[in-house]
Amino acid sequence: MLSHLNLEATELRLGLPGSDDLPSTNKRPSPEDHQTPPAPKAQIVGWPPVKSYRKSTAAAKSAEAESGMYVKVSMDGAPYLRKIDIKLYDGYSHLLTALEDMFKLSIGEYSEREGYKGSEYAPAYEDKDGDLMLVGDVPWEMFMSSCKRLRIMRGADARGLASAQH
Amino acid sequence: MAYSFPEEVLEHVFSFLSSPRDRNAVSLVCKSWYEIERWCRHRIFVGNCYAVSPEIVIRRFPELRAVEMKGKPHFADFNLVPEGWGAYAYPWIAAMAEAYPFLEEIKLKRMVVTDESLELISKSYKNFKSLVLTSCEGFTTDGLASIAANCRHLKELDLRESEVEDLSGHWLSHFPDSCTSLVSLNMSCLGSEVSFSALERLVARSPNLRTLRLNRAVPLEKLANLVRHAPQLVELGTGAYSAEIRSDTFSSLADAFSACKQLKALSGFWDVVPSYLPAVYSACSGITSLNLSYAAIPSSDLVKLISQCQNLQRLWVLDYIEDSGLEALAASCKDLQELRVFPSDPFGAEPNVSLTEQGLVSVSEGCPKLESVLYFCRQMSNAALIAIARSRPNFIRFRLCIIEPQAADYLTLEPLDAGFGAIVENCKELRRLSMSGLLTDRVFKYIGTHAKKLEMLSIAFAGDSDLGLHHVLSGCDSLRKLEIRDCPFGDKALLANAAKLETMRSLWMSSCSVSFGACKLLAQKMPRLNVEVIDERGPPDSRLESCSVERVYVYRTVASRQRLDIPDFVWTLDEDSSMRYS
Repeated sequence: MLSHLNLEATELRLGLPGSDDLPSTNKRPSPEDHQTPPAPKAQIVGWPPVKSYRKSTAAAKSAEAESGMYVKVSMDGAPYLRKIDIKLYDGYSHLLTALEDMFKLSIGEYSEREGYKGSEYAPAYEDKDGDLMLVGDVPWEMFMSSCKRLRIMRGADARGLASAQH
Repeated sequence: MAYSFPEEVLEHVFSFLSSPRDRNAVSLVCKSWYEIERWCRHRIFVGNCYAVSPEIVIRRFPELRAVEMKGKPHFADFNLVPEGWGAYAYPWIAAMAEAYPFLEEIKLKRMVVTDESLELISKSYKNFKSLVLTSCEGFTTDGLASIAANCRHLKELDLRESEVEDLSGHWLSHFPDSCTSLVSLNMSCLGSEVSFSALERLVARSPNLRTLRLNRAVPLEKLANLVRHAPQLVELGTGAYSAEIRSDTFSSLADAFSACKQLKALSGFWDVVPSYLPAVYSACSGITSLNLSYAAIPSSDLVKLISQCQNLQRLWVLDYIEDSGLEALAASCKDLQELRVFPSDPFGAEPNVSLTEQGLVSVSEGCPKLESVLYFCRQMSNAALIAIARSRPNFIRFRLCIIEPQAADYLTLEPLDAGFGAIVENCKELRRLSMSGLLTDRVFKYIGTHAKKLEMLSIAFAGDSDLGLHHVLSGCDSLRKLEIRDCPFGDKALLANAAKLETMRSLWMSSCSVSFGACKLLAQKMPRLNVEVIDERGPPDSRLESCSVERVYVYRTVASRQRLDIPDFVWTLDEDSSMRYS
C-alpha cells in the first residue's frame, strides 16, 4: 500500500521541489557559470504581465523561508508579552532553553507521561484549532506548523493540562 | 404594422432572446419594440461602468434582475492604473437598491467595492441570489459577514481573484443554520483560516452545492471530511495540498474522491506534496478543467496527473511542466481547448526551467481542438510561430508573452513580424491577441490586413511609428478594446482615426508619444468620447502641450464626461472646451 508513496519527495530539505533531479536548463556552459548568478534586472512596472497574486511561486516560497514564524509568548503573571521566531530553533530543547533565558525561569525536563513535572513553570501552546496543548507532545515540525502562540503556565495549572492529555 | 401583434406576444418572443447583442438589435427596430423590449429586459451587461450612468440605466430598464459590470481597464491588473482612479461600485449599488428591490444577481469585475456596498446589497434585495466579484478590491471580511448573515436565499458567493482585507475567518460563521441554498462558494483568494466546523456544517447542509473553492488555509487533513459531505460536487478547489505522509490520511482522501462521480474541475493545489496527488486519480477520467497554476512540483509529477485526465479541455499550469511535459500533454489530452502556462519565476534573469517555444509547438500540433492559449516563455522564433499558425488555424485567443521585452527571433535575430503575421493570416477567427518580442510596423500592417474578427489587442514595446497604430485602427473592423504600453505611437494616428474610437469600447495608451494637445483636440472633435489624461506629474498645462502624457484612456460614453469621482491626477475636457481638473 505504501509503495506509491514516494517518501523521498517529502523529505525536508531546502530548495525547490525536484531540485535534486535538476531540470535541464537552456544555459550553455560559459565562463560566467563560475561566478554568482546575475542580479535580477531592474523591474519594469507591470512587466511581465503577471497578476500580483501569481508573482513567482518560487520567490514566494523563498520569501516565506526568510520571513520567519513569529508567535507571541505570554507568561502567567508577567505584565507584557514577548515575540519569538520559532523558525530559529532547531528543536524543543533549543526552544525551551531560550524561553528559560528570556523569562529567567526554569522549565525542567519533559516526560511523555507527566509533562514538566516538578518545575515551577511549564510551556504550553495554542494550536490551530484554538486548543491549549502541552509543548513537546508532537514532532517538532508539526509543532512549528500548528503553534499559534505560546503560554508559559505556572506549574500547578499545567499539571492539570498534562494529566488531562494523558 | 406596429399594431399587428399584441405586445404580450412580442414580449413572449423576446423572452427567448438572452444575448445582450440580440436584445440591443431588437430594441433598434422601431419605437414600440424599443418600449416593449426595455420593459422585459431582466439582465444587463455594462462593459464599462463609465460608459453610462445608473440614472440612465434605471430609467430605461425598470425590471432588471441581474446586473453585470466591468470597471477598470485590463491593464489595471498589472499596476498600470494608479490607485484611486475610480470604478466605484457604491453609486451603482445605492441607486439600484432603490430601483430594483427584486434584484437577484450582481457580477462585478475590476471594481472598487466597499463593506458599505456589501452591507447595502445584503439588506436591500430580499431575493438576492448571486454575488460574483472578479478582481475587485476595497472590502474586508466584515462585508462578507453581512452577505452571509443577511442573504437568506444566497446561491452563489464567488470572490475570484479579489483583493480582500482579511480581518478574520469569522465571516463564514455568519451563515445562519437556515441557509441551505448554496450552490457555489469560492473563497480561494482569502488568507485567513475560517472555522472548520462552521465550514463543514455549511457544506453538509447545502445539498445543491456544486462548486466549492477553498482557500489555502484549509488543511489537506481536513479536505476528506468536506468532500465526503458533498459527493455531488462538480467543481472543487482544494486548500494547501500538503500534509505529513500518512496512509490513513491518504486513503481517507482517496475514498472521499472516489465518491465524487460528478467532478469536472479541480483547482487549488497550493504547496503540493506529490505523493498525495494519486488520491484524486479516481476522479480524473471525468475531469475537464484542471488548474495547477499554484503547484510548484516537477514536470514528472505534473505529467503523471495530467495523463490520467484523458478528457481534459482546460489546463492552467506553471512552466515547471517544461517542454517534455507539454509533449506528454499533447499525446494524452486530445480534447484540450485551452492552455495557460504561467511563469514560476517571472523576474529571474535566467531561465529556471526548460520551457521554450517547442512546448507550444507540440501542443498546437497534437491538440486539434486547441483554440485558446496564454503562454509565457523566454524565447521564440518566427519558424515556431509559423508552424503553430499552420497547425492550429482555429485559434480564437492567442496570448504570447516573451518575458524579455523586444526579444528577437532567437534563431535569426529578426523581428517576429512574420511569425505573428502568420498567426493573424491563418487564424481567421482570432478574437483576442497579445503580442510580445521584437516587432516593427510591419506586423501591424499584417494585423490590419488580416485580423478582421479581432476584438481585443494588447501591445507592448512594439512598433516604430504612428503608421503601426494607424494600420490597426483603420484595418481591424471588429476591434473593441485596444491596450498599448511603451510604444512610439502618437498624435497623428490617433487623430486620423478619431471616428473609429467611437466604435470601440476603449483605448488605453501608456508610456507612448501622445501629446496633451492631441488629447484636447480629440476630446473637442469627439463629444461622445471621454478622453482621460491620467498623469501623476501634476497639471498637464504646466508642461508643454507637445509633451507626452503618461497615460491616456479613451472610451465612448453616453454619460457626462465629467465623472463626479474623478481623482486629482486625471484630466478630462471641461464644458467650455478646455482641460480642467476637479
